[in-house]
Amino acid sequence: MSSEDYHVAVIGGGPAGMAAAYRAWEFGAKVILLDENSYLGGILPQCIHPGFGIHYFKEELTGGEFAHRLQKRIEDSDVEVLFSARVMKMKNGKKKRLVVISPKGIEEISASTVIYAAGARERHVFELGITGDRVAGIYTAGEAQALMDLYGIMPGKEILIVGSGDVGLIMARRFALEGAQVKGVVELMPYPGGLARNLVILQDFNIPLYLSHKVVEIRGKGRVERVKVVKLDSSGQEIPGSELWIHADTVIISAGLIPNIKLLKNLGVRIDAATGGPEINELWETSLQGIFAAGNSVIINDLVDYAVEQGERAAEGAWHRILENRDGRWKKVRRGNNIRFVVPHYISGERDVVLYLRVSAPMENATLMIPELEKALHFSVLKPAEMVRISIKKEELEDAKGITVEVKP
Amino acid sequence: MRYRVAIIGAGIVGTSIARVLSRYENLDIHVIEKNPDVGWGVSKANTGLIHGGYDDDPDKYPLRAKLCIRGNEIWHRWVKELEIPHVWNGALVVALRDEDIKELEVLRRRGERNGVEGLRIISRKELLDMEPLLTPDAKAALFVPNAGQLSPVPAVIALAENSVSNGVKFHLATEVRKIGVKNGAVRWLETNRGRIDADIIINASGLYADSISRMLGIGYFTITPRKGEYLIFDEGIPAPSRILFPTPTPKSKGVVVTKEIGGHLMIGPNAQDLDRKDKENFATTLEGLKEVRDKAKKLWPRIPENGVIRSFAGLRPEPTGGDFIIRSEELWGFLNVAGIRSPGLTSAPAIAYHVRDLLIHELDVKLVEKKKWNPYRKDILRISRMSKNQASSLIGKRPQYGRIVCRCNLVTEGEVMEAIERMRYIGVPQPSIDSVKFRTKATGGTCQGSFCRPKIAWLLAREYEVPLWKVTLKGEGSELGIGDIKVLLRGDGK
Ligand SMILES: Cc1cc2nc3c(=O)[nH]c(=O)nc-3n(C[C@H](O)[C@H](O)[C@H](O)COP(=O)(O)OP(=O)(O)OC[C@H]3O[C@@H](n4cnc5c(N)ncnc54)[C@H](O)[C@@H]3O)c2cc1C
Repeated sequence: MSSEDYHVAVIGGGPAGMAAAYRAWEFGAKVILLDENSYLGGILPQCIHPGFGIHYFKEELTGGEFAHRLQKRIEDSDVEVLFSARVMKMKNGKKKRLVVISPKGIEEISASTVIYAAGARERHVFELGITGDRVAGIYTAGEAQALMDLYGIMPGKEILIVGSGDVGLIMARRFALEGAQVKGVVELMPYPGGLARNLVILQDFNIPLYLSHKVVEIRGKGRVERVKVVKLDSSGQEIPGSELWIHADTVIISAGLIPNIKLLKNLGVRIDAATGGPEINELWETSLQGIFAAGNSVIINDLVDYAVEQGERAAEGAWHRILENRDGRWKKVRRGNNIRFVVPHYISGERDVVLYLRVSAPMENATLMIPELEKALHFSVLKPAEMVRISIKKEELEDAKGITVEVKP
Repeated sequence: MRYRVAIIGAGIVGTSIARVLSRYENLDIHVIEKNPDVGWGVSKANTGLIHGGYDDDPDKYPLRAKLCIRGNEIWHRWVKELEIPHVWNGALVVALRDEDIKELEVLRRRGERNGVEGLRIISRKELLDMEPLLTPDAKAALFVPNAGQLSPVPAVIALAENSVSNGVKFHLATEVRKIGVKNGAVRWLETNRGRIDADIIINASGLYADSISRMLGIGYFTITPRKGEYLIFDEGIPAPSRILFPTPTPKSKGVVVTKEIGGHLMIGPNAQDLDRKDKENFATTLEGLKEVRDKAKKLWPRIPENGVIRSFAGLRPEPTGGDFIIRSEELWGFLNVAGIRSPGLTSAPAIAYHVRDLLIHELDVKLVEKKKWNPYRKDILRISRMSKNQASSLIGKRPQYGRIVCRCNLVTEGEVMEAIERMRYIGVPQPSIDSVKFRTKATGGTCQGSFCRPKIAWLLAREYEVPLWKVTLKGEGSELGIGDIKVLLRGDGK
C-alpha cells in the first residue's frame, strides 16, 4: 500500500457516511470521507425539527444537533475530509479508484475498500405523472425545506402536500408554523403513510387528509393556482366525476425517496428491484468485493439512528475485508408473504445480524415469522410506514440453510 | 443611407435575421422581445430536428420546401461557427404497413425534387441492423442522411450572443404594444418600456405574428396554435441513434423517437389544434401524453412505464394556408415573417437570408458590408466535456470550475457564473432559473433540480442583487418565494 492509499474511502458525509468513517477509523483504518457539500451532515442540517437520535443517543435531538455530534467525532479523529468533492467515476479492481472533482482539481483517490453512503433523491412531479403547467411553486419536500431552513425564504402561503409520509407531514407542520395555510395532504393509499408520532400533526393544525386520492393536474400562469385531485376506488382506479380542484399556490411533493446509486449501477453492482438499492450481505457489502453501502443508498430509513447503525456495520465489513479478505458461505434471506423488502439479502450465520424490513400492506395482530428458525414475533399492528428492525443471534442461525421472512395475520 | 431596423421577437427566426443583418455597416439593429430572455417562445419547446427537406410539398408549400433544405445546409456551417450543441445522425422514416412503402417512394421523389441528396429506401434487414431495438414490425424505411438535431434554445442564445458581438442591441422584457406609422411608412414601436424608433420593422413574433400585423390593419392571415406534447426519459433508458419518424400523415410528421442532444430518450409530439386565442396554453394533458406514448411504442416498443424525468408541450404557430408567410407588405418598411411552423427551426437561417434579399430587392436598401464582422461565438466552458488535464488546469486557475452545482448533469459553479455573465451580456434584465438551465443544462437531469435549484437561485440573487425569493423560475410571476421565511407571521405577506 503506497502512502497515499486509504484503507477506506467513504462517499457521502451524511449520517451513514460519518458513522462509517468514524467507526472505520476506530478500528485503525486510514480513512477519507468525501462530500459534495462544503459541510458535513447531508440532509440533516435542514431538518430543524426534533425526532433524531432517540435510539442511538437515547435523546431526542434536531437534525442539526444530531449532525453536530457526528461532526464533532470526525473532527476529533484522524479521518481526512474532502469537502465540495464529487466522485465522478469509480473504478473497481483490487484497489478501488475514485475520480474526484473538487475546487482543488481533479484527483484520483485509491482505496482498498469503498463505503458508498450517498443518500437518496426525491421522486419529483414528472415521475408522478402529474400533468398541466410547469410553473413555479412546485417543490419536492426537501427542496422546500432547504429553501426555508437553509436559505430562509418562504415558498408560498397556500400549500397542498402530496404524500402523507413523515416528510410530508413534517413539512405540513413546518408550513403551518410559519403562518401558511395548509390546504390538505393528499395520499394515494387508503391509509396514511407516516409514523404515528407524526400523524398527530394533522389534528394539531387541523389539516384535511385526503386518503385514496391522487393529484393528477396542476394549473397556473407563472405559478401554481389550482390543483386537480381525484378519488380512487378500492382497486386504485380513478372514480369518474370525483374530481375536485383545490386552490393553492404551492405544491409540495413528498412521494418517496429513491436511493442515489448511479455510481454503483455504473460499476455493475447487483440491484434489488424492491428497494431500488444494491443487494448487500450482513456486512453491508454489495455484490462487488470491497464495495460496501449504507444508509439511504441501500434502503429508505425512517430513523437516522438506523442509517448510523448501517454505516457502522459497513465499516466493520470493510475492516473485516481488509484484515481477512475471506467470504462467508452466504445463505439467502427470502421475502415471504406481505414483505416489501428485507435486508441484508445474504447472511452467513457466523455473526449476529440485524434485519430491516417493511411490510407491503398494513396488518393488525400480525405475526412475523422466520419458519427456518422457528421464530415468531407478534405485533399489534404492522404498517409499511414503519420499518421493522429485528436482531437475530448467531446461535439461532447455525443450522439454517437460508431464511424466509413472512408476515401472517 | 443608414436604417434603424427593429426585429420583433427573439426566437430562432428573429435572432437568425439579426445575425445575418448584423453583417451590414448601415443597419442599426434592435431586437425587441417581451420575455426576459431569448428563445422562450415557440423556439423553446419543439423536437429540435434539422429536417432533411423531403417532407414539404413544393407545389403546396413552396417557401417551406425551398427554405428547409437551404436552412439545413446553412446550419451545417452555423453550428460550427457558433459552437451549438448538435449531432448529424440522419433520420429514418419507417414504414410499418405495406401501403406505407409507397408513401416512402413519394417522399423520396419529393425530396429529390427539393434538392435533397443521398435519400435511399432501405430494406427491413438493413434498417434493423442500424436500429436493433426498432419494432420488428418495420417493413422498410427512407434513410435521410442529412438530417440532424440541435438544442434549440442554446442555438437562439448563440445567435443572440454573436449578434451582440456584432453590434445588435437586444431589448428584453420589452413588449410591442403599438406600431407608429407616418406618411405611408412605419416609424416607431410603442412598448411597455417606451418608444423605439425604426425605419424597418420585421415581425418575427411567432404565435403572435397575426396580432402584431393587425396593429397595422394587415389581417389577411391568422396564426392558430397547435399543441404538441413530449416525454423525456432518464439516462440509461435505450434510445435510437438515428431520428425515427413514422410514415407521415397530411397533418403532421408524426410522433418521433429520438435521443435528444442531452442523451435522453425523447418521444413526441402529437398534434392538437387549440382555439385561436389559446396561445399561452402550454399545459401537458393526460390524453396527449398517452397518445404520444402509444404512438411512439409502435416504433420503439421498449418505452418503459416509469422513468419519465420531464414532460412538456409546445405550440406550433399554424398560419392560414399552411406555408410560411415572408413578405414585404405594402406599407413601406414592414415585413411579415409569420407562420413559421415546422420546419421553422431548420429553415431559420435560410429565412434570414431571404429577408435580407427582400430588403435589397423590395425595399431597395443598399447594404454595405462591414469590413470586420465576427462569424464566431464560443460556447460556455463545460467541465463535463473536457479531458482530465484540461479540466485540472482550468480548475487550477479558477477553482469555481471544480465545484459541482448540478450533480445529474455535472455542471459547476464556474459554468453557472459564466451563464450569468452571458445573460448580462445580451441584457437579460431579471434573474431566472430557466436562463441558467438553457445555458448550462443545470436542473435538467434525473432529479430535475431538487438539489441544485436553491444553489443556482442563490448565485443569481447575489449577482443580480435581488432578494433570493425574487429570483424567478421563468420570468415575472414565477418567483421562487413570497418573501423571507417570517413574512406571513409578520403579516406583511401579499
Ligand atoms: C411541437 C413543435 C415541434 C417542432 N419541431 C420542429 C423541428 O423538429 N424542426 C423544425 O425545424 N421546426 C420545428 N418546429 C417549428 C419551430 O419550432 C418554429 O418554426 C420556430 O421555433 C419558430 O421560431 P420563431 O422565431 O418564429 O418564433 P418564436 O420562437 O415564438 O419567437 C417569437 C418571439 O416573439 C416574441 N413576441 C411575441 N409577441 C411579441 C410582442 N408583442 N413584443 C415583443 N415580443 C413579442 C415571443 O415572446 C417570442 O420569443 C416545431 C414546433 C413545435 C411547436
